[in-house]
Amino acid sequence: MRPRRVLAEIAPPLVGVLVVIAVWSIASSLTSTGAIPSPGAVWAAFVDGMRDGSIPQAAVRTLVRLAFSFIVAVVLGVALGLGLALNEFARRSIRPLVVALQITPFVAWVPLAVIWFGVTERAVVFVAIVGSFPAMTLATLQAIRQVPPLYERAGRTLGAQGWSLYRAVIFPASLPGIMAGLQQAWGFAWKALMAGELIVATAGAAGLGHLLDTRGSDVAALLATLGVIVVLGVAADYLLFGQLDRRIRGRRGLLPDS
Amino acid sequence: MANAETSLLRERWDAGVPKLSVRDLTVTRRQASGDTVTAAAHVTFDVALGEFVCLLGPSGCGKTSILNVLAGLDAPATGQALVDGQPIDGPGPDRAVLFQDPALFPWLSVRANVELALRLVGTAAEERGSRATSWLEQVGLADAADAQPHELSAGMRQRAALARALAADPQVLLGDEPFGALDAQARELLQNEVQRAWVEARGRKTFLFVTHNVREAALLADRVLVMSAAPGHLLEEFRIHTPRPRDLDDVLVTRVVSEIHGVLMDEVGRGDADAPA
Repeated sequence: MRPRRVLAEIAPPLVGVLVVIAVWSIASSLTSTGAIPSPGAVWAAFVDGMRDGSIPQAAVRTLVRLAFSFIVAVVLGVALGLGLALNEFARRSIRPLVVALQITPFVAWVPLAVIWFGVTERAVVFVAIVGSFPAMTLATLQAIRQVPPLYERAGRTLGAQGWSLYRAVIFPASLPGIMAGLQQAWGFAWKALMAGELIVATAGAAGLGHLLDTRGSDVAALLATLGVIVVLGVAADYLLFGQLDRRIRGRRGLLPDS
Repeated sequence: MANAETSLLRERWDAGVPKLSVRDLTVTRRQASGDTVTAAAHVTFDVALGEFVCLLGPSGCGKTSILNVLAGLDAPATGQALVDGQPIDGPGPDRAVLFQDPALFPWLSVRANVELALRLVGTAAEERGSRATSWLEQVGLADAADAQPHELSAGMRQRAALARALAADPQVLLGDEPFGALDAQARELLQNEVQRAWVEARGRKTFLFVTHNVREAALLADRVLVMSAAPGHLLEEFRIHTPRPRDLDDVLVTRVVSEIHGVLMDEVGRGDADAPA
């Protein structure tokens, strides 16, 4: 990318971040109780956390859990979404249940997960999966059902039918919608995982969400941890899904500047 | 019937079953309101092997609905649609369709669109590339083969769709007003491509095109079937014996055009008068 384009790309989000830091500094200087530590104090806490290894360790554990939960949720969601798209009876009977799961706050799963799995790795991962696969399922179903009928008709006149119709036409046509589902599921998995980690403190294997708890007394360290969580989540969303989505849509002429 | 050029076709027709056959066909169309309206009623016609027929009529007369039944995409309300004397049971690569929208798959390059058609009829992988290239050359798209459909003009997209439709060597090509949305120049180019494809098939391929453009029908067809306003039925049949390749300026074409035009204008006028307020 040329420097000019890089600038045009990062200037708007940079301005947003700078505004937040400015407001934060002002708010911090107006409160004297330490309830809002200054950006500098939070940066110092971040450096401390990096130096003593607590943040990188927790981050790696969290990302491993996240990768596992996310992959399971995507496989489950795409398979179920496809099943619901194929069978009307299944769609009418199961879709409302998936919607119910989708609107259930994922924090509500934490106590159940602890009762079923104990304070274990499994409980945390369960919360992340159950918090994200409904979004993936509904997005897949929607993406398949929104494939323009013309593509399906064109595919059938070319001799595609049954599975070959799905492979050659329906799946590729629904890919942009499935991508949107991936992005959504990623956000949900991330949030649900944090809720799980915060509440389920698995012995000796604390993730980022757990740091939110142990650092409760130190507001600067808490905010530093929160910052790491947000930056990692946004970076993954932008670098992974944002770029992939742009490529898929650009190829099809669905981007405004193409 | 007396035309020497097409006598071979006539013999085949007289000897055997027609390639396409529509028997007392009634098709209905569901409207957005949920009501069903009769698009075409009790239509009967045959299309012989190797013949080029245009189905011409005012909009809403059910000509597209008839075509969709022949394509196997929709089922008739009553009556029958036959291919080689057999009832049509679903779409198939023996009957390619050119839709009004080119319906190219936007996630595939132009070449990959044509190759997909070849793959779906089981062409060996190593043959697909060269065959796709040769079809794209024939429609003048060799240079655009690796472009994505959205990068092409509307006319180029429809030419790519023609290459994709013909690639799998179908016995029948059905056209659903495929040039309706094109500008005059692109339309003329495509009409010539279609005419050439039909001539080069030397009586092995049967073309049935739906159009509301009288000049297009007269330019392309051996036979023009004129339909009434909705619910459509066949009004009149015109045979066009002008030798090919034809040109829109051909005198004979022009004379037939004015005749068909007369019939159609009467009908459109009647349709408007009958239409509920």
